Amino acid sequence: MPEAKLSLRAVVKSFGDNAVLKGIDLDVAPGEMICLIGASGSGKSTLLRCINQLEPIDDGAVFLEGQDISEPGLDLAPIRRRIGIVFQSYNLFPHMTALDNVLLAPRRVLRGDVAEQRARAEALFDRFGLAPHMLKYPDQLSGGQQQRVAVIRALAMQPEIMLFDEITAALDPELVGEVLQVLRQLRAEGMTMVLATHEMGFAREAADRVCFMDGGVIVEEGPPQEIFSAPKRARTQAFLKAVLR
Amino acid sequence: MVARDDRRAVDPLIRVNRRQAYEAAQRRRALMVAGVSTVVVLAAAIILVPLAPGWPAVRASFFDASVFAETFPTLLQAFLIDVMIFAWSVPLILGLGLAIALARGARAAALFPLRIFGAIYVDVFRGIPVVLTIYLIGFGIPGLGLPRPWNSPYIWGTVALVLTYSAYVAEVLRSGIESVHASQRNAAICLGLSERDTMRYVILPQAIRRVVPANMNMLVALQKDVALLSFIGPVEILRQAGIYKSLLANFTPYVVAAVIFLLVTVPATRYADHLLNRDRNARS
Repeated sequence: MPEAKLSLRAVVKSFGDNAVLKGIDLDVAPGEMICLIGASGSGKSTLLRCINQLEPIDDGAVFLEGQDISEPGLDLAPIRRRIGIVFQSYNLFPHMTALDNVLLAPRRVLRGDVAEQRARAEALFDRFGLAPHMLKYPDQLSGGQQQRVAVIRALAMQPEIMLFDEITAALDPELVGEVLQVLRQLRAEGMTMVLATHEMGFAREAADRVCFMDGGVIVEEGPPQEIFSAPKRARTQAFLKAVLR
Repeated sequence: MVARDDRRAVDPLIRVNRRQAYEAAQRRRALMVAGVSTVVVLAAAIILVPLAPGWPAVRASFFDASVFAETFPTLLQAFLIDVMIFAWSVPLILGLGLAIALARGARAAALFPLRIFGAIYVDVFRGIPVVLTIYLIGFGIPGLGLPRPWNSPYIWGTVALVLTYSAYVAEVLRSGIESVHASQRNAAICLGLSERDTMRYVILPQAIRRVVPANMNMLVALQKDVALLSFIGPVEILRQAGIYKSLLANFTPYVVAAVIFLLVTVPATRYADHLLNRDRNARS
């Protein structure tokens, strides 16, 4: 097995007295897609936000390609650009066109040739079928389109790993498919991905590994067939029984 | 909407449904009530006010048509000085207001003095009546014995207005900055943008857009407060009206000045309200 792209060691995080993550260990191999499942409040979102250091962790360590990125005092901007994240609520910048949303960070952070960046951004829009909407403002786009623009915006920084925080949870059911399709496409291209999701069908079909979280720990993890068909732990069984009906 | 109503009026075959008929009746009723009550109030004012014992004297000293016509052109010209002072104050106010708002939001430890300064600045200049600031700065600083042109009341009057109004504008801007949801900032820094770029390209453009209506109201107030500079020297409209008052022993010039102010401030306030409403509608 090659060296892990991302490793979490005994990650602990609390908000005040509320312990949200109680010791998380996780290794993500290059090109692997991991789905975090579990009830709301089980710590999935917090885990993602601790991976890209949006939330500083209290204890333990997060390694990106062997480098401890959770060390307090580290300059985080160069690290964050290597980790793309997409949120449930899209969080596009409403005062910019879709294209400008995508180009802002490359222009300000990566610098380099403007024409080349624009060409690359346009290629991304093309790849995800959004070329006709490039010059629209976010409020002129459907939820699904906005979310795909948010994915493109993260990809434009050429991240080494992508985090997805329940990115279909705010979408109308008929728009979920187009966003999941983007994820399939990324997976086929070998992107390393960690996603928190309530889409059990998708997790089962597309994930390399599924982690069931409950109460701030990973209760059970394994290949999707194993987790969904033959969960070993009682808590996993109860959760799956509740959501798969 | 109107077109559809008209079509209905000429073509009885287009049926008005129950709700529409009811609402149309309500509208007619409301219009009639409003019309009648307005007429009654106006008639009362027109009939009753002249009955007051002092009315002929008041009319002669406040509403003298010939004085109005005589002083209007000069007062209008004097008003241009107000407009000028307003015009060069606005960019200074917006610039300084933005700087103070950003200073108050500075989080870095090294910038702590800046933050304190911003807070004190806002407290002080919002806490002193504009007239007082104008007196203190307009008389105090030239009193240091500055040579011409540095003792000009135009300069120090402007400074006083800029200091006061930038404090207000800073607070409005700060509230705008704080109204931009934290998720916007998160999205920006997750892309690797620096704090500075996040503020400049993501937060500020949204914040400024949101506070445009509030700042418009501020500017209307500023336009009126420019007249306070008359206390320290410049012969602008209020001072000119005062000169006429003494000259003609008549208060009509003040009414003229008021009318001239209204000509500018009413459209501006209406426009600000329009912006506010549009904003509210866009958000709901």
